[in-house]
Amino acid sequence: MLDSNKDGLKLEAMKRIITMIAKGRDPSHLFPAVVKNVVSKNIEVKKLVYVYLVRYAEEQQDLALLSISTFQRALKDPNQLIRASALRVLSSIRVPVIAPIVMLAIKESAADMSPYVRKTAAHSIPKLYSLDPEQKDELVAVIEKLLMDKATLVIGSAVMAFEQVCPERTDLIHKNYRKLCNLIVDVEEWGQVLILNMLTRYARTQFVDPNTKQPVPEKEFYEEEEEDEATDEPTRPRSLDADHRLLLRNAKPLLQSRNSAVVMAVAQLYYHLAPKNEVGTVARPLLRLVRSQREIQSVVLTTIASMSVKRKDMFEPHFKSFFIHTVDPLPVKLMKLDILTNLAGESNISLLLREFQVYIASQDSKFVAATIQAIGRCASNIKEVTSTCLAGLVALLSNKDEAIVAESVVVIKNLLQSQSADQEAIITKMIKLIDHVIVPVARASILWLIGEYCDKVAKYGPDVLRQMAKSFTNEEDLVKLQIVNLAAKLFVTNPKQTTLLCQYVLNLAKYDISYDIRDRARLIRNILFPSENIKAIKNPKKIFLAPKPAPILESKYKDRDTFQLGSLSHFLNIRANGYRDLPDFPEVAPDSTVRNVEPPSRPTSVNAERVSVSYAQEEKSKRKPTFYSSSSEEEEVDGEESKSETSETVTESDSEMSELQSEPDQDLDKKSISIQEKTAGKTADSTEDSDSSESETSSESEEDEIRPKAAQGTTSPPSAQTTKSNLDLLLDFDGAVPDIPTPIITPTIGGFLTPIVPTVTTSSSLMSNSVDSIVMSSPAYVANNPKELISRTAGNGIQVGIRFTRSPHLYSSTMASIELHFTNTTAEDLGEIKVANKVLPVGMTICDFPVVSSLPHGQTRTALIGIDFGDSTQAAVFDISIGDRILKLSIKPPIGEIIRAVSMSETYFLSQQVKLRGMQESTAVATLPPSVVDGHAICRRVYEVANVSPIPSSDPLVFRFGGQTLSSKTLVLITLKTEAPKVTVIVNCEKIIIGQMLANQVKEALDKH
Amino acid sequence: MIESIFLINGLGDIVMEKHWASAIPRSICDYFFDVQKSASRPEDVPPVIPVPHNYLINLLRNNLFFVAVISSEVPPLFVIEFLQRVVHIIEEYFGECKESIIKEQHVVVYELLDEMLDNGYPLATESNILKELIKPPNLFRTITNTVTGKSNVSSILPSGQLSNVPWRRADVKYANNEAYFDVVEEVDAIIDKMGGTVMAEIHGYIDCCIRLSGNPDLTLSFINPRLCDDVSFHPCVRFKKWEAERVLSFVPPDGNFTLMSYHVASNNIVAIPIYVKHNIIFREGTGGKMDLTVGPRTTMGKTVENVVLEITMPKSVLNCTLTVTQGRASFDSVTRVLLWDIGKIDPTKLPGCKGSIALQSGATIPSSNPVINVRFCVNQLAASGLKVNRLDMYGERYKPFKGVKYITKAGQFQVRL
Repeated sequence: MLDSNKDGLKLEAMKRIITMIAKGRDPSHLFPAVVKNVVSKNIEVKKLVYVYLVRYAEEQQDLALLSISTFQRALKDPNQLIRASALRVLSSIRVPVIAPIVMLAIKESAADMSPYVRKTAAHSIPKLYSLDPEQKDELVAVIEKLLMDKATLVIGSAVMAFEQVCPERTDLIHKNYRKLCNLIVDVEEWGQVLILNMLTRYARTQFVDPNTKQPVPEKEFYEEEEEDEATDEPTRPRSLDADHRLLLRNAKPLLQSRNSAVVMAVAQLYYHLAPKNEVGTVARPLLRLVRSQREIQSVVLTTIASMSVKRKDMFEPHFKSFFIHTVDPLPVKLMKLDILTNLAGESNISLLLREFQVYIASQDSKFVAATIQAIGRCASNIKEVTSTCLAGLVALLSNKDEAIVAESVVVIKNLLQSQSADQEAIITKMIKLIDHVIVPVARASILWLIGEYCDKVAKYGPDVLRQMAKSFTNEEDLVKLQIVNLAAKLFVTNPKQTTLLCQYVLNLAKYDISYDIRDRARLIRNILFPSENIKAIKNPKKIFLAPKPAPILESKYKDRDTFQLGSLSHFLNIRANGYRDLPDFPEVAPDSTVRNVEPPSRPTSVNAERVSVSYAQEEKSKRKPTFYSSSSEEEEVDGEESKSETSETVTESDSEMSELQSEPDQDLDKKSISIQEKTAGKTADSTEDSDSSESETSSESEEDEIRPKAAQGTTSPPSAQTTKSNLDLLLDFDGAVPDIPTPIITPTIGGFLTPIVPTVTTSSSLMSNSVDSIVMSSPAYVANNPKELISRTAGNGIQVGIRFTRSPHLYSSTMASIELHFTNTTAEDLGEIKVANKVLPVGMTICDFPVVSSLPHGQTRTALIGIDFGDSTQAAVFDISIGDRILKLSIKPPIGEIIRAVSMSETYFLSQQVKLRGMQESTAVATLPPSVVDGHAICRRVYEVANVSPIPSSDPLVFRFGGQTLSSKTLVLITLKTEAPKVTVIVNCEKIIIGQMLANQVKEALDKH
Repeated sequence: MIESIFLINGLGDIVMEKHWASAIPRSICDYFFDVQKSASRPEDVPPVIPVPHNYLINLLRNNLFFVAVISSEVPPLFVIEFLQRVVHIIEEYFGECKESIIKEQHVVVYELLDEMLDNGYPLATESNILKELIKPPNLFRTITNTVTGKSNVSSILPSGQLSNVPWRRADVKYANNEAYFDVVEEVDAIIDKMGGTVMAEIHGYIDCCIRLSGNPDLTLSFINPRLCDDVSFHPCVRFKKWEAERVLSFVPPDGNFTLMSYHVASNNIVAIPIYVKHNIIFREGTGGKMDLTVGPRTTMGKTVENVVLEITMPKSVLNCTLTVTQGRASFDSVTRVLLWDIGKIDPTKLPGCKGSIALQSGATIPSSNPVINVRFCVNQLAASGLKVNRLDMYGERYKPFKGVKYITKAGQFQVRL
C-alpha cells in the first residue's frame, strides 16, 4: 500500500503502522518502504512518516540518511511550522553521523525570525548534546544567545537547554537574571517551573542568607518557639539585595497559577530563599493543592510535611485542613497524620487528641498503628499532655486488637524512658499483658522495660524470666535477644534468685540457630561468669544498667529538606540521578553589578503583554458603576448607554485642552526655535544614523526589526530599583538618550540632538533616508501654562499647578516628567517643599523632586517630578509637605500624556500598522467644525491631546502620527483620514484600551468647535 | 525529562506505548506490575516508583494508569501535571478518557502525544492550539474522512502560537454568541457524632462555556470578591487586575475551560446544607439496629437533591434489612457497603431509614462505628455566598447571551457515627 500512488492508501497504511508502534509491535522491517514517503506532498502522510522515522532511525541509520536532504530543504521553507517540525525531526533522529548537520541547523534556527522556530532550536540542543557531547562548547554559545532572547516563548526552552547542557555556567545567567525575573509571569507554565528551579539555585549562589540568624537548634524550637520568634524579629535588619527582592516579588503572582507544578516551584523558592516572615505566603496555595487529585496530593503533602517540621507556624492556623477523611488513600492518611503531629502545640493539642481518638477506632490497622505513634510523638513533644497521652495509651493496652496493643507497648516504652512518673504501675500492667501479646516487637519492648527498670518491679522480674525461659525456643530472634538481656540484667541486680535461670537461658542461647544470639550469649557469659584465664570485669552493673538517653520521637520528614523541596529526590528521600544539591548561601554576596544589563541590542517582543493590565479599561469601568444593573443573570449590553458613557470619559480631557489652547502663539515660537536646533543637530548625526540603519537592514531577520523598541519596557524596569552608576543610567536609556532634558529647562530643548525631526506633515522630505526603525522625536506641541491641580481655596492658600512637559524624565525614560508649580498666596513664608509619603498602585513609580528649600509668600516655585504611570491612567496619589502643611496631590494623566512622540518612515509605519490589525485597532469618526479647514489645524488639535509626532504621508488627505507608551514602549499609531467634514480616526495599539481611549479623545478634540 | 509513556489498564496490560528518546523496553513495566499487584486498591499505588536506573511516575484515571518513565531528577509535579493535561486533552477530544476509546483512536492519541511532548519536554499543551494542529473527530468528519480518505491532521497550519493570546484560536465565529458560567462549590466537611462540625471547607471553581466570536475582552466582577481568599486562575486572567480591583479580566479561550478555582478555608464558618440524625446500636448475639433521618439545614430555601448516603459497615456485619420511607436502600454483602439513594429531600416529609443489622455468628461487637459518606447537590446556591455581579465585554460589538449557574455539591462530606 505504501508504494501506491494514491495518498489515501498511503495514509491508511501509515495509520496501521503507527497503530502497530503504539501497541508495541515492531514494524521496523518496513523502514525502506516508509522512508520513501518522506517526500510525500500530503502533510498527513508526511507527519506520520516523521513519527515513524524518529522512532526507528536509530536502528536503520544508513537508510535514515536518505531522508536528511528532505529536512534540510524543509528548514528553508517559508512556513515557520514546517521549519520547526523539520528541525524537530532532524534533531530527534539519533544518528551520530548527522551531528554536524544538526549543529548547523540549530545554529541557523536559533537566529530564525520566528520565535517558534527558535523555541524548537532550544529543544534540539539537549538532543544533540546527548548524541554528541563533544559539541558542548558550540552549543553553549547557542544557549547563551537564546537566553538573551526576549520572546517569552523561547526563554522557557532556553532555560531548559541550559539546565540540561551547562547548568554550571551561572555566568550566562547574570546578564539575563533581571529579564528572566520580569518576564517570568508571561512564560508558558512549563518554562516557569524550570526557570523558578534554576533561579532558586542561582539565587542561592548569588545572595546572602536573608535570615541572618543561625538556624535555631531543633530541641529549642519546640519548647521556646514563642520566645525565639520574639528575639528573632529585631535581629533581622539586613535588607535584601534589590535583585533578590525582585525575584521574590515577581514569583509571587505565580502562586495563583492553575498548574500545581508552578505553585510548588514558587513555594520551594520562597522556602529556600525568602526571609522567614515571608515564607508564610505560600501556605494557602499549598493547602489548595492538597485538595487536588491523589497524585498531586501526596507530593504536596510530602513538601508540607517537610516544611512543617521547621516552620510549624506556617500551617498551624490551617491544621484542620489536614484532618483525615475515611476516603483518603492510606499513604495520604499517613502523611496527614505526620503533618498533624508536627503541627501539634499547646493550643491545639486537645482538639488533636480528640481527633486521634476517632482515628484509633478506624478499621485500618496500619493507620491505627500510625496514629498511636503520632500520639506518642505528641506526648513526648508537649510536656503538658504527656500524662494524659500515657493514660490513653495504657487504656489501649486492653484493646482487643493485638496490633494496636503491640504498637502502644512500643510507644509506651519510648515514652517511659523520658518520663519517670508512674513507671511502676504501667510496667506492672504491661507485665500482665505479656502472655497475650504476640507481636515480637511488643514482647521485646516489654522485656526490655522489665530489665531496664528491674529495680522498680523487682518482684516480677524473675517470674517473667522463668516463663520466658520456658518458651525461649519458640520466640523470634528479636525477643530471644531481649530475654538474654533480661537474664543478664536480672543476674546483675538480683543474683540470688536468678543465677540458675540466667545460666539456663545462656545455655539455650548457646545452641541457637542465629549466630547473633550465640555471640551475644558468649559475650554475656564471659562478663558474668568469667572463666579463670579471663580477667573478671569489675562492675558489670555499670555496663548493663548504664543510664540510657531517651529516644527522641520525631517526624520521618525531619531531615528531608536537605533536598530541594518539590524535587523527585525530596519526594523519595533518595538522591535521584542528576540531582544537584542546593548550594548554601554564600557568606558574602558576589558582585551584584554583573547583573546590570547592557542596553538590549535587538529586542523582539511577541506576547509580553498578557498580564499587563489594560488600565485604561479599568479606568473606564470605574466611572460607570451603574452601567449594568447589578443582576448578573442575563443582562444585555445596551449599545446606546455605552456610547454616552464613553463620551463622558473624554469630557475631562476637554477642559484641559481648552486651557492648553489658550497659549498657541508662544508655543509656536518655541517650536520654530526647536526646529532650528534640530536641523542643526541633524547634520551632525545623520551619518551615524545611516550607518546604523544599514547595519540593521543588512541583517535578514524581518521579525526582529518589527518592534525594536516595544520590548524595552520589559527589560528596563530594573533601573528603577537598583542604584546604578551614571554610566549605567545612560546606557539604560538606549535610544531615548538624546531626549533627556535637564529638569525644569523648557522642554523644547529636549529634541536638540534628535537627528530627524519633522514638525509638520509636509516635512516628509526630511525623511528621505528611510530608516526602518523608530526614532524618538521631540514633542510637536507642549503646553506652556500649568493647569490648576489644587485651587487656592482647596489648598489653604497654596495653589498647585501642573504641566506635562512631554519629555522623558532624567531618572528613567519610562517616567513622564511633570512640572509642579507651587504658589504661596498665604501671608506667611513657608518652609521646604518635599514629597512626603506615597502609596502607589502596582506598577507605578515616582521619582521625587529635589527638596525645594522654601516657599516665600507671594512667590511661585516649580519642581519637576517623574512618574512612571505604568501605562495606566490611574491617578498617582501622594502627599507633599510644605513646611508643616501636608497637601494631598492626585495626578491623573490624560491618556495622551503617557505616550511619547516617535517618528519613523511611512513604510515602516504601514508595516507596523498591518501587524496591529483586528482587535488592536480602534476607530472613531469625527465631524470637523467649519472653522477647521486645513491639515495644519487638524494636526494641531491632535498634538494638543496626545504627545505624538507626525509621520510623512504620501496621501495629502491622510495624516499619520506615531507614538509609543512611556512604560512598555508599545507603539501607538494614529491615522486620520479626512473626507471633509468627516474625519476617520484609526488608532492601532497593542494595548487595546489605550487605543480605544485615545481614539475617542482624538475624536472629541476634532469634534470640538 | 519524560523518556516514555505507557498506558496500562487495571488488569496490567499495556494499552499503548510512546517513546521520545531511545525506546525503553517494555520490561520496565514489570516493576510497575509488581507494585500494582501488591497494592490492595489501585488508589494505593504510590505516584512515584523508583526502579533501577529509572523512576516511574504514574497517574490513575478511570482505572487506566498513565506511566511516565523518568531517568533523572525532575519535579514530580511537573510530570504529574503534564500527564493530567494529557488526560484532559484526550477527554476534550473524545469526550471521555477510557481504555476502549484510546484503543479505538490510537493514531490520534499518538499524534497528540507527539505534539505535546518534544524530547520529553512539553511543547504544545493548550487545547485550542492542538485542535488546530489535529482536528478533533466528530461524526461528520469521520464520514467525510472515510469517503475522501483524509485524516484528522490539519493541512492549514495554526497561527495561534504566535498571537498575543496563545490560548485562543484565531477567527472564531458563532451565530449565537453565548457565555455561560457555572459556579460550582464543593463542601468538604467532617461532622462529629453530636452533629458538630469538626472541619468544613469549600472548594469552588468557575467553569465556563464561552462561545463568542472575534476577540472579546471580558470582565467578570463579584459582589463579594473578598470571600475567596485563595484563588488560582486560568492563564488568561490578568492577575494584576485581580490584585488591584478584585475583578476577573480576561480574553477567554474558545470553548469549555475552568476560569478560576478558589478555596474558602476551614477558619471561616461554612454553612452546612444537610444534617443526618443517626442511631446505630450493635448488640451481642442478635445483631443491631439502625435508624437514620436526613434533613436540610441551611439551604436558603433551596431544595437538596441527589442525596446519597454511603456507609461501609465493619467486617463482622453480615447483612442489613432496611425499610425506607423514600428512595432505595441496598446492602452489598461483599463490599459491606450500605447505599441509600434518597433523591430530593422534601422538608415537610423527612426521609427516614430503619432496619436491623445481622452480625456474623460468634463475632464480637465491632469496636468502632462506621462513617457515613454523604453526597448531595443543591442547585442555585453557592455555599460560600459568592455571587457574580456582572459581566462586561469589550472589544466586540455584538451582544452576547450571558448566564450564571450556581451549584453546591458535597465534596468529601462525612458524618461520624
